[in-house]
Amino acid sequence: MYSYIGRRILITIPTLVLVSIFIFTLQKLLPGDPILVLAGEERDPEVIAFLREKYRLNDPIPIQYFHWIGAVLQGDFGISLRTNQPVLELIKEKLPVTIQLAVMAMIIAMLIGIPAGIFSAIKKGTMIDYIANIIALSGLSVPNFWLGIMLILLVSVNLGWLPASGYQPLFEDPVKSIETMIMPAFVLGTALAATLMRHTRSAMLGVLKADYVRTARAKGLYESVVVIKHAFRNALLPIVTLSALLFGELLAGAVLTEQIFTIPGFGKLIVDAVFNRDYAVVQGVVLCTAVGFIIMNLLADIAYLFLNPRLRDQV
Amino acid sequence: MRKLTIAAMMAALAAGVAGGAITGASAAELRIGLQDDPDVLDPDQSRTFVGRIVYAAVCDKLVDITPDLEIIPQLATGWEWSDDGLTLTMDLREGATFHDGTPFDAEAVKANIERSKTMPESRRKSELSSIETTEVTGSHQVKFTLAAPDATLIAQFADRAGMMISPTAAAEKGVELGLQPICSGPFEFVERVQQDRIVLKKFENYWNADAIHVDKVTYLPIPDTTVRLANLRSGDLDLLERLAAPDAASVKGDSSLSYAEAVSLGYQGITINVANGEMAKNPLGEDPRVRQALELSIDREALNQVVFEGAFNPGNQPYPANSPWYDKSTPMPARDVEKAKALLKEAGYDKLEISVQVANNPVQMQVMQVVQAMAAEAGIDVKIKATEFASLLQAQSAGDYQGSQVGWSGRVDPDGNIHQFMTCEGGINDSKYCNPEIDALLNEARQSTDNAVRKVKYDEARKVLSKDLPIVYLYHPTWIWAMSSKVEGFTAYPDGMIRLENVKVN
Amino acid sequence: MTSATTTVKPEAPSRSESRIWNKLKSSKSAALGLILVLFFVGIAVLAPLLPIDDPTATSWGAIRKGPSAAYWFGTDELGRDILSRMIWGAQASLLAGVVSVAIAVFIGVPFGLIAGYFGGWLDGIISRVTDALLATPFLILAIALAAFLGPSLTNAMIAIGLSAMPIFVRLTRGQVLSVKTEDYVEGARAIGLSHTLIIVRYILPNVFAPILVQATLAIATAIIAEASLSFLGLGQQPPAPSWGSMLNVAKNFLSQAPWMAMWPGAAIFLVVLGFNLLGDGLRDALDPRET
Repeated sequence: MYSYIGRRILITIPTLVLVSIFIFTLQKLLPGDPILVLAGEERDPEVIAFLREKYRLNDPIPIQYFHWIGAVLQGDFGISLRTNQPVLELIKEKLPVTIQLAVMAMIIAMLIGIPAGIFSAIKKGTMIDYIANIIALSGLSVPNFWLGIMLILLVSVNLGWLPASGYQPLFEDPVKSIETMIMPAFVLGTALAATLMRHTRSAMLGVLKADYVRTARAKGLYESVVVIKHAFRNALLPIVTLSALLFGELLAGAVLTEQIFTIPGFGKLIVDAVFNRDYAVVQGVVLCTAVGFIIMNLLADIAYLFLNPRLRDQV
Repeated sequence: MRKLTIAAMMAALAAGVAGGAITGASAAELRIGLQDDPDVLDPDQSRTFVGRIVYAAVCDKLVDITPDLEIIPQLATGWEWSDDGLTLTMDLREGATFHDGTPFDAEAVKANIERSKTMPESRRKSELSSIETTEVTGSHQVKFTLAAPDATLIAQFADRAGMMISPTAAAEKGVELGLQPICSGPFEFVERVQQDRIVLKKFENYWNADAIHVDKVTYLPIPDTTVRLANLRSGDLDLLERLAAPDAASVKGDSSLSYAEAVSLGYQGITINVANGEMAKNPLGEDPRVRQALELSIDREALNQVVFEGAFNPGNQPYPANSPWYDKSTPMPARDVEKAKALLKEAGYDKLEISVQVANNPVQMQVMQVVQAMAAEAGIDVKIKATEFASLLQAQSAGDYQGSQVGWSGRVDPDGNIHQFMTCEGGINDSKYCNPEIDALLNEARQSTDNAVRKVKYDEARKVLSKDLPIVYLYHPTWIWAMSSKVEGFTAYPDGMIRLENVKVN
Repeated sequence: MTSATTTVKPEAPSRSESRIWNKLKSSKSAALGLILVLFFVGIAVLAPLLPIDDPTATSWGAIRKGPSAAYWFGTDELGRDILSRMIWGAQASLLAGVVSVAIAVFIGVPFGLIAGYFGGWLDGIISRVTDALLATPFLILAIALAAFLGPSLTNAMIAIGLSAMPIFVRLTRGQVLSVKTEDYVEGARAIGLSHTLIIVRYILPNVFAPILVQATLAIATAIIAEASLSFLGLGQQPPAPSWGSMLNVAKNFLSQAPWMAMWPGAAIFLVVLGFNLLGDGLRDALDPRET
């Protein structure tokens, strides 16, 4: 089994190399010249020539790539063309913001998704189950950005209950921090809640049929005790594994949500960087996201192995 | 109730973050909403409009402007031109200091001008190109010697080229100064979180500290206009810039908010490729009558009403109608579809298809769609090519366009709005319009320090340009600020800056 | 040759089409999904025939007017009728959903078949590239591709299609791997049928069901992705309408003209819900395990 895990880790190397080549090439191919924008309204040709040279934009793309990846391997991600800030610093600055958003979204999703899933599993086939399913699918179907602007309109503009944007570091002012983040986290959490609900439901259905639950029922235990203590506990593991996997999706979902609510996190950083052709930032951030995504997948795979002895023997 | 909690929290926060620097309860904080996140914060390297708003608080300039565009002293207290217009002597303010304690003197000015002129990353070179040498003629006096007379120089000193950074910090940090600007303005830089905030605190040793009544300023970039306004309404902001024109009415009607506006120095227009490569070879680029037809098909007044609810200023010149440089003899033509059709016919067309590129943001697209609908009635079928801004500029400078709808943020001196666009060798002449007569007029206008003489030259150039139309000007934006009624003493300037002198937060 | 095939064929899974259809029909949610999808497809197809205003006709006298008898859904920032823009916008959105998923399927499935069927170094390369693509956030990939190709509806479809492709590669490959060891495939190989024939005849039909389910659900995702790209200014270009680009403009007038944002958002929601319900129903109906 350890050789399997070792192999899994080894394959991530070519994957990462491919990601880096891929994102590097793609954005070098993007139309638009960041130097023209950077040179300012006057576009002094001397400055343009100097900046091209400085950021090595005259080199052939493969040379540029090797130069960049060589620096990255030494921990130097380059600097933002737009603000001259080191990319690594930007990543360190933005990562906690997006993680806070993702964690809050996950908590909201779990608070809604898991109870709903349990409930509809117990009431399988009834109207309640049916309605819960429609609601869950609605959560999956509503466009995040639309939900976001509608909430801003209703909650911030019309009712004035919550701030429409902004970010407060969690440790500076927890109350304000949560206050500003709750709406975006809800928006981000809706789709997730739906996915969680559906998986909880099917995991519960599987467990409710199992012998030990029948035995527990036969012993005359209260239904609620049966559901919570016996069934849910056993359904929990696959749900947790799934949640880890969904974290990757959360990061992707944060892209537009952060844009709508003006949250200075990863998503906003990267979208603005793509539009500004801020090469080093796009490369650095996508690489980091990919690493995070791959690690999450790896952990989920390994966790799965440990949870399923049957699978463990196979590999 | 809610507003109270927020205010209380904010006050607590202000006190908490700024630590000992601010004296507890009386600390006045101003939170300002910006439309974009500024770029690098080094006046020599910086290029964005929004960056200049931050400099208005951090970096003093040699001279400043009044709301009526008169040049007034700031770090320079007086100046004098030699009769031949080749030397400019400036007396400098005594007792001014940079944020790092370095005293402001003639040596500092010399170092600054040299940095602007020689640092490879400097974007200020063209603005100061007329300066040949800078001499220190006293501890607080400098003398600039020019290669040729340049009437625009003083106005350049009223902007980034005249901003003074600490020579000590500049020597120490080099290009990295942009991460922490050290100037001599009323506020010093505290911290910046990209795309989130820029925090400044009051500079205690500011030479004009009596006029400063705010202890801490936080700039928050919030690109979405609706969200920006919602934040102002909820009390999370005290002041915002570039309020969307359609929101103006609701702000004016709200007693808890106040409103300020100023006609900008810049313009928005359609730049036409008349001689920039192969793409210029089309009826629009080759025949001025087609361009005149396009201009006549547009009802600029209606455009202003539809898109900006009448808040902006329709215009057909590089300067708005309220500018002393505006040429009254070539006024904005009224819409005339019949005449437009006739001109097209004269040029040999009944119908014509042209393509115009535009930045893919909703407001500019709306402007372009209005133009499209109007031009269609005159038989001109405008194909809109929406492009990201980075690509738009590239296409424009490479000549890969027929028409391009872009703007210019505007300069205090009229030269800045016309010379580099209309002269054959102009640095940003993307239409590649070239007319020796115009070159001569605009160069002469630049060399005279007599405004009456200059005005005559500009008017003469206008007469030609209003027929040749390498740029069809559409409108001059209005800078609109909205603020909480707690904010007092705000003055609107046509350069769109937020000057914090005399601003109070009650 | 023909006789040889008939001898191995009978093993194919017994899934009668009528049974699937009955199952699908009996599912209330799938039926609701089908109705929603058909409704929007209907108005998209009928758009040119419906008695509605020209979606691009501007009216300076009716800028941002709320819903009324003359304009049931109100007007937009240029005085255009939102109802007719919604109807024509349905074309753009559905087209974007279907075309981009078609691109993803037509590129992704063959690669998945090849990777799964042949294995070895081909599988290695295809799988690594797929992993790399999957590790890059979907929307970022789509944004970068759309920016690369230039803002237009067609380019947005290509960008979304390419970004959605790796899921189909992975899904198909996985399915092929499990089908490959079935007796009827082994049999076909034993009697020396060509690889192409085996893939087309025995493998493809048996991996078809999950791909169909995934494709239906992917249409839902693709419609949202198109709206997202248009929302960022990278999709449908003016004056032609799409729901996403209508939302992009509407967000500037949220407080003055909320109806501009309401309709397109609600429409996206309903059509995406339709595809999700339908995809869900299909999955249940095609799943041999559940009864």
